[in-house]
Amino acid sequence: MIKSLPSSKKYRSGFTIFIVLYFIFLFAPLIVTMVFAFNESMYPSLPWNGFTLKWFFGKGPKIVGIFHDKINLRSLATSFKVAISVTILSTFLGTCAAFLFEHENFRFKNALYFLMIAPMVIPGVILGISILMFSNTIGLFIENHLGLYLKFLGPGFPLVVLGQSSFISTIVALVVSARLKKFDRTLEEAAYNLGANRLEVMWFITLKYLSPSIIGGAAMAFLMSFENFNTTIFLLGSQATLPVNMYMQVRDGSTPVINAISLLLILGSSIFAVLNLTKGSKE
Amino acid sequence: MMKNRKQIKWGFLFFFLPVVLWLFLLIVLPHLELLRLSFTKANTGKLSLDNYFAFFREPIYWLTFVRTAGYSLLVTFLVMVISLPVSFYVSKMVKGRYVGVLMILILVPFWVSELIRVYGWMIILRESGLINHLFVALRIFKEPIELLYNDVAMVMGLVYTSMLFMVVPVIGVMDDLDDSIIEAAYDLGASKIAIWKTIIIPHCAPGLVNGGIIVFMLVLGSYLTPNLMGGKNSLWFTEQIYNQIILYFNWNQGAAFGFLLLALSSLIVWVLLKVTKQSLKEVVK
Repeated sequence: MIKSLPSSKKYRSGFTIFIVLYFIFLFAPLIVTMVFAFNESMYPSLPWNGFTLKWFFGKGPKIVGIFHDKINLRSLATSFKVAISVTILSTFLGTCAAFLFEHENFRFKNALYFLMIAPMVIPGVILGISILMFSNTIGLFIENHLGLYLKFLGPGFPLVVLGQSSFISTIVALVVSARLKKFDRTLEEAAYNLGANRLEVMWFITLKYLSPSIIGGAAMAFLMSFENFNTTIFLLGSQATLPVNMYMQVRDGSTPVINAISLLLILGSSIFAVLNLTKGSKE
Repeated sequence: MMKNRKQIKWGFLFFFLPVVLWLFLLIVLPHLELLRLSFTKANTGKLSLDNYFAFFREPIYWLTFVRTAGYSLLVTFLVMVISLPVSFYVSKMVKGRYVGVLMILILVPFWVSELIRVYGWMIILRESGLINHLFVALRIFKEPIELLYNDVAMVMGLVYTSMLFMVVPVIGVMDDLDDSIIEAAYDLGASKIAIWKTIIIPHCAPGLVNGGIIVFMLVLGSYLTPNLMGGKNSLWFTEQIYNQIILYFNWNQGAAFGFLLLALSSLIVWVLLKVTKQSLKEVVK
């Protein structure tokens, strides 16, 4: 049963087989996706026509590899721009929220805290459509009453960034709060007594202490923004992000160039994950 | 003294204002607007219940809704069942230094985007896919069979994409279970089934509920997996919302659908919290 107890061989091997099957289940789709990036075929399927790197470096005319694929590269750049903006905005908002709810006391604090964690249980699709509708209404109102057409209130880059930040900020806030809870406030008092002003205390003591969790939260924010589909799809203008662009290709029949992008993304996020997990376990 | 007090107030405002702006401009007001539009007739701007009547009048709408809710509960249940032995293995059966490696192996696939994971399953399952190639070559199938685009494939995909959110909290509570309780039960002659039923599962209940809330919410609101793995005539409710807003441009109808989905997910989360006497605060942590 457990390590210290004897158990029949059948039970033990049955359990091991189950776990092996579970890990095959976990990794099969990822490995298959990566392997087919190297198949010299127009479709990501068998038969195996031999190893090739054309889906990475191919210049056409038949096979255009990912490094020469303008549309996919452009959506990759869009995703990077969105993810960086979301990371900056939500790290700021999340850190502010962590300080507000851990260190300050005010009326309606509990109600506001409830609002802050609500995005965790609101489906992303609904965040997307409600923000789309709200900004559209404001845009119409301004246009009708002031005669001004404000482009940033329509679907497009600013709306995508705001929409994603609406729930990613909550995640950053939870990550930073967890560490701020353990912060010993007498350190701040000590610094004040030694003549530091409020900004200096904030920068050299509190933020310094928080920096691992702020960096961790920012990394999470970047990844979640980069991979987001459900909220983004409703707020997008003419510039598709990578997940949306890949979705359209997968839905309408893809070439192994999607496997090549996937391979790069799988490697990227695995390195990200391992770094984050091993760093987290040391603390 | 006076100066100091004023400074503290500025500090408070520095944190307070951005947070209030975020929560009101991006959460509260948009959802009020969603609610308002759902009670407004398209094109006329008049108050009406038409959008909700349309939902109950057209069987395709409410059937999709019921189907989505039912399948979400099924997926949540399946994820619970699978996560128990997996967590038990990692927490109780593996020796010390392999635990870290196993945890990394369990967590890493979930950092990869949902789209790529679903795409991998499509390559494996579809008519020209891996399984069909192998089974035809081994003469298990006479000719390729479409294994994708049905409810079984879709449920499997949803289980796959939401597994992590159950495994992590369940491993968390499983670690707190004292081995000596299991040893005591064993020494007193309890069977394995009895140990699972009376000790392990009741002990893991809080973790199962926490994971259940998150998994249910994610599955209910998912779009990619049902859209890419489900059949052509088996819609998910998020697809109905997408169709109303993007394809038919009927925002009022879409708003009503969105609000119904939000109401359903809030209701189920609330019931689960009440039944287990927990607060949302503890669950999202």
